[in-house]
Formats: sequence, structure tokens, C-alpha cells
Amino acid sequence: MATDRKLRGAAIFWAFIVKEFKHVVRDRKSLAILLGLPVVMMTLFGFALSNEVKDTRFVVVDLTPDAATLALTDRLDQSKYFSFAGQVRNEAEIEQVFRRGEARLAVLFGAQFDRGNAGQRQLRLVADASDANTANIVTNYATAIIAQFQSELPGALPTSAGIVVETRMLYNPQLKSSYMFVPGVMTLILMLLGAMMTSVSIVREKERGTMEVLLVSPMNPLMVIISKAVPYMVLCFVDVLIILALSYGVLDMPGGANIPLLLAECLLFIVTTLALGLVISNKVETQQTAMFISLVGLLMPALVFSGFMFPIENMPLPLKVISNVVPTKWFYMIASNVMIKGLGFAAVIKPTVILAGMTLVLLLISLKSFKQRL
Amino acid sequence: MRNLYYILQKEFLLIFRDKTILRLIFVMPIMQLLLIPMAADYEVKHVSIAVVDQDQSSVSHQLVNKIGASNYFRIVATPGDYPTATRLVEANQADLILTIPPRFAHDLATGNHAAVQIAADAVNGVRAGLGASYAGATVRQFALELRAGAVLSSAAPRPPTIDVSTANWYNPHVNYPLFMVPGILAILVTMVGASLSSLNIVKEKEAGTIEQINVTPIKKYQFILGKLIPFWVLGMISITLGMVVGRVVYHLVPAGSVLTIYLFAAVYLIAVLGVGLFISTVTENQQQATLFSFFIMMVFVLLGGLYTPIDSMPQWAQTIAAYNPPSYFITVIRAVYIKGSTVGDLLPALARLAGFAVAFNALAVWSYKKRSA
Repeated sequence: MATDRKLRGAAIFWAFIVKEFKHVVRDRKSLAILLGLPVVMMTLFGFALSNEVKDTRFVVVDLTPDAATLALTDRLDQSKYFSFAGQVRNEAEIEQVFRRGEARLAVLFGAQFDRGNAGQRQLRLVADASDANTANIVTNYATAIIAQFQSELPGALPTSAGIVVETRMLYNPQLKSSYMFVPGVMTLILMLLGAMMTSVSIVREKERGTMEVLLVSPMNPLMVIISKAVPYMVLCFVDVLIILALSYGVLDMPGGANIPLLLAECLLFIVTTLALGLVISNKVETQQTAMFISLVGLLMPALVFSGFMFPIENMPLPLKVISNVVPTKWFYMIASNVMIKGLGFAAVIKPTVILAGMTLVLLLISLKSFKQRL
Repeated sequence: MRNLYYILQKEFLLIFRDKTILRLIFVMPIMQLLLIPMAADYEVKHVSIAVVDQDQSSVSHQLVNKIGASNYFRIVATPGDYPTATRLVEANQADLILTIPPRFAHDLATGNHAAVQIAADAVNGVRAGLGASYAGATVRQFALELRAGAVLSSAAPRPPTIDVSTANWYNPHVNYPLFMVPGILAILVTMVGASLSSLNIVKEKEAGTIEQINVTPIKKYQFILGKLIPFWVLGMISITLGMVVGRVVYHLVPAGSVLTIYLFAAVYLIAVLGVGLFISTVTENQQQATLFSFFIMMVFVLLGGLYTPIDSMPQWAQTIAAYNPPSYFITVIRAVYIKGSTVGDLLPALARLAGFAVAFNALAVWSYKKRSA
């Protein structure tokens, strides 16, 4: 008898899951977006958006050209960061060029640059800082190139007798910015699907009154809710697979990542987002509120605090402290360590434990608030 | 005209009764304006270094001190060997590892090949590239000073140097909010215009109340205007609120005229309201509408140059950006805030935005009629 009942329960649960799947699959438009979103975001972040500074156009004010100024201009032009956009005569012309957006940097050579008194050469860099971040990066690259040039000037101290600096770029020798976006896109999409979609779909049943119908069925009410989460869990997983296929197939992510470990961590994070979705759906009554809370309370922190768009180490202390309670930060850390650095489980134990702890707390909260509602 | 008046009255009543929308209008600008400008500081600073000093000589100590004294760097640990330092990088506690090999001071003194190794955590390419080049420059500077000390004492001519001074025009103090706040104002307007308006119409569809409106003598254009005008007003309120927050919190006053901003916001809002209307005609429920507007926001705002400059995008993305209303509005509002551009300077953008406004609304009205026929 007891096993019979259990079997019947399992059959009903299965029937519920099938029903929820049908809901999701029938809504072709949403499904298209949910599956297309990772593709579009990977394309955008992988190819279109980049904070790498490449071929920044610069103009030169060089009233007394000599070998050194020409060589330095050429050196800047040859580097992958800059491209020479022409000569101008004075600051007024620089202003014009900046206004029209034709260059971001101006290099002003001092008069008699190469014959400057006692080897002192004067050089001024003027950046269009209306985009302060880019201006900073551009100025820094230019300064580094000039420093390198200086050390090679005739009469400079022989570098062979100085200190040789051997630089190695770990994990990402070509310094591609797409690498760090991949785990970021994964984090955002899982948050959107797991938390926002689940909470909205549960609240929709509440808003329409169909939740009452489901709750009077012979199913355990908790199972009703879980069955609503299952299709989104599967969709999340499909999206993770799409992202992985794109990152290894198209974006040339470094190989050697421990894929089973990564998938296991994704599964953990999917449960975290579902728990968040459940907590939200238990607390709110309308779809609009659910979306509002998901957007302001989950997606924005996911974007701001995960560390892939904005550097956490530069944030003021209160924001740094807040970032520690945002689950996405820990998932992003795990995903980037496993995917980009190719590290094993030992290196991500700490964030995994923190994320698992958060998930547990969220699940407990959602269970507790769920009981009160019944 | 009377019909329009009544429907407007209904819409305003509905909006002001809905606490969620009101919260969205007030909380969203404040949250975004408080969080994002403070977070969006990409300057490479506080680079954490783990120093593996295997030499432990007075010269190597001087070098370590020189690096520790720089504003860019923070020495977080001095592990005994490289593998230990690697673990610090793996735990994201160090960005760079500087290894000073044994016999470094000896090699330097005897004029042999003295080398130090810098290994950078290049997951963040910009940070690694700049951090390593600062560190390299500091080491070279140290080498120069050591040599100069020796050379100067022997009264040789001074080595050549280049004095580099830098200036940042338009934003001399590199004030990040000055760049981010206008961008966020643009997102706010986009959000109110596209997402809220589409949700509002779809909600009527989902609740079935749109049928009731369809059987009244209200004309289609009156219904559409009745839906658009309140959100146009809300959009203007939201940008006003945003400018007030920018002024109070970040002391930002547009270098140009506030009227220019309002003029562009008014035209831009009409364009994005057309987008919102279009979303509402192609979707059936709020879940779909949210997804659609999220998708559109994501693609258009990111391609509009909010976080990354449009000129660093590849050609195909720049082509999309040329037909993307947010690119123009983000550029315009930044130009007015930062460079003080006038309507005259920005006329081409105004013409484009007006074109978008006409095109999107025509598309939306056209697809709307088709659906209800």
C-alpha cells in the first residue's frame, strides 16, 4: 500500500512536471528569447564590447620635427594601441579634433625636442577625458611606450647592464577581454532564468487564481512549486551547455578546464537562483513586483558586484562589504577560476562552501515562508 | 478630445494607484545612480603584488621597498617560493608575482645578466597589462637610479630623459560619475519608455480589460496616445529626478543647458515609447514582455556605448550602433553634461532621433491595427 501510494505520488509529480514543461515549450516567443539570449550575449560580449584599447587615434603637435620626434611618433603608431591621425598646429586645433571625436589623445612635443637643454626633453600628453576610463588607459599605455623609447635613446644607460624584466601573462597570454566575460554572461543568464523566470511564473499562477486549483490537487503543495521550477532548471542547464559550446567552439577559451566540476558548480548555482526565485515568489503578489524585485534586487547586483564589469577592488569599502553577501560574486569567482585558470576543486573550496551555505539559508527561508502562506 | 481626456485620467489614476510603478520610478533612479557610478571606476590601482625575494640582499630589499612605496602597488605577501605565490594568485589575493632570483645583487654588481620575473594574473587583461607595465617601469626606474648613483659619482654626463606631463581635458580630475551619471539617466529614460509602457499594455491584454476598451467608442489613436502620454510624463519625471540626484549626491551640473537635455529627452522618449508599444503588440503576457524588453535593453544599451566606447567596437557593431537610438541619446546627454554642447552642435543627432521617433511609432501603430483587425 505504502509503495503504491509513493508510486502514485511519483506519477502525479511527473504529470505536474510534464504540464509545466508544456507551458514553457508552448510559449514559443519566450522560449526563443531564453535560448537566444545566451547566443546574443556571448556574441556581444565576445566580439562587440571590449574595454581593450586598440588603435586609438592620436594627433601630434610637433613644430620642430627631428629624428627623435619622428621615431617616437612612429613607435606609437606601430604599437597596437595607437594609430596616427595626423599633425595639428596648436591647442585650438586639438580642441576641434576632440570635439569631432577624431582623436582621443594629443602628443605635444616640446620645441627643439631632441636638442633639449641637458638632455631634458619635454613632452605633453593631452587626453580627451570625457570618457575618463578610456583616457586613463590610453595615457598609461602612451606613457609606457615613451618610457621604453627613452631607455633606448642614444646616451641612455645600457639596459643590458641594468635589470632585465621578464614578464609572463598567466592564463590569458593574449590579454583577451572576452575570457572574463564568459563566466559573467553565464552568471547573468542563470540569474535571469533561475530567479526571475521562476518567480514570475509562480506569481502568474497566483495572480490569475490558478494557483488555488493546483493547491487543491492531491500533490504536496511544496511539490507543486518544485515542479514549476524544474523546467527552468533544465533550461538553465541547456543555456550553460550553449554557452560552453560557444566559448570553446567560437571564442577559443583556453582548454583544460575541469568541465564536470564546472557543470557541478553550475548546478549548485542554479539551485541558488531557484531558491532566490522561490523566496521572491512567496513574498510578492503581482508579476510586476516580482520582476521589479528581480531586476533591482538580483540582476543589478549581479551585474555590479560579480566583478566582471566593474572592478570590485576599486569600490568604496561599503560596496566591497556588500559584495560579499551577493551570491553571484562567489559563483563568478568559481566559474572564472575553473574556466579561465583551469583550477581544480581544491582552489574553489572556499567560494563553493560559501555559495552552498547561502543556498541552504535561502532554501530554509523559502520553505519557512512557504508554510506560513498555506 | 473628451475621450482622450477620460482615458488619460484613467491611466494616471491607475499608475498612481500602483505602488510598484511608483517605487520603480523613484527607487530605480536612486539605486542606479548611487551604485553604478561608485562601482564604475576602472582605473588600475591597488595592484596586489606577492614578492618572492630569493636573494634577500640589501639591493633586493631596496627594490621591494621601491615597489611598496609606489601608489599603484600593495605588497600583500612575501612568500618564500613561487608555487606558494601562485596559490595566492589562484585565490585571487594577488594580481602580480614579482620574483627576484637568488644571486640577483651579485649579478647586478658584476654586470652579469640580472633579471627579475613578473607574472601577472591575466584573467583581467587590462589590469594585467597595465599592472605588469607599471611594475616593469618601476624596476627599470630602480635600475636607472642605481646606475645613475654610480655614474653621477664619477661625474659623467647625465643620461637623457623625457619629461612627460599629462592633461585630461573636459574632466581634469577624472571624475567617474561625470561620465557614468549621464549614461544612467539615458538608461532610466529607456527603461521607463520601453519596459514600463509595454508591460502596462500587456497587463491589460492579460487581464482581458483591453477587450472592454476595444468595444468603447474610443478611437485607436486615442487609446495609444492615452497609453503613451502618461509614460512620457513619467519618463520626464524620472530624468528630472535623476538629474536632481546627480546634483545632490555627485554635485554634477550639466556644462550645457538643461533645456537641451529636456529637448532631446522629449524626442528620445517618443522613440522608445514606440519601441515599447511595438513590444506590447508582439507579446501576449507580461512574462514575454519582460523578456523582450530585457533583451532589447541589454542589446541596445550595451551597444549604445554605455560601458565600452563605440569606437572600440568592430565594424558590424558600429553599423548597428548607427541605427540604435540609445547610442545617440547616450552620446548627446554626455556631450551636454561634459562638454557643454549646444543644440546647434547636436542637430544631426536630433534629426536622427526624430526620425527614429516617427519610424518606430509608425511601425507600432501599423502592427497594432493589423493585430486587432
